[in-house]
Amino acid sequence: MSDVDVNQRIERLVGQSDIVLFMKGSALFPQCGFSSRAIAILDHLGVSYETVDVLQDQDVRDGIKAYSDWPTVPQLYVKGEFVGGSDIMMEMFESGELKQLVAAEA
Amino acid sequence: MAMAAEEIEAMILAAFPDAVIEIRDLAGDGDHYAARVISPSFAGMNRVRQHQAVYAALKGKMGTDLHALQLETLVPSGDHQ
Repeated sequence: MSDVDVNQRIERLVGQSDIVLFMKGSALFPQCGFSSRAIAILDHLGVSYETVDVLQDQDVRDGIKAYSDWPTVPQLYVKGEFVGGSDIMMEMFESGELKQLVAAEA
Repeated sequence: MAMAAEEIEAMILAAFPDAVIEIRDLAGDGDHYAARVISPSFAGMNRVRQHQAVYAALKGKMGTDLHALQLETLVPSGDHQ
């Protein structure tokens, strides 16, 4: 698959919902501590979100890193904008910024 | 593949000579670290840009050689000095 196709697919995935988390595993069974932490934060905020399991798709797994210029997963997108990984999510959660951001979208 | 804390620190310091860096080995396995990087260069950058700058300093090792680096970036202020 070409890079252009992958980017188009990622754009569709990013745009499928106001809040989208690219992660390893599913919301029910996260396959990595960082993804698990990201899910815990979103669940704690009580917002609805979609997840994309990058372990199911090597093209997306590689492509999402180039898409956001970010080397790791999880990655949170709100209204199509890259917000950050789990460290930034935790910082923004603790400061109340994340609640504000997702509340504005929900 | 793992990295030594000194190697991580040296790579970040090479890109941010003015940075104050603290690195903790979280699991004792040379593969899970937490780093706090305090540098005036981060002024005016949002969190994503600050973290991207640190990842750039690690020249592609983040996500490959280095599995886990919890990252906190700060601009020095009176409170943190």
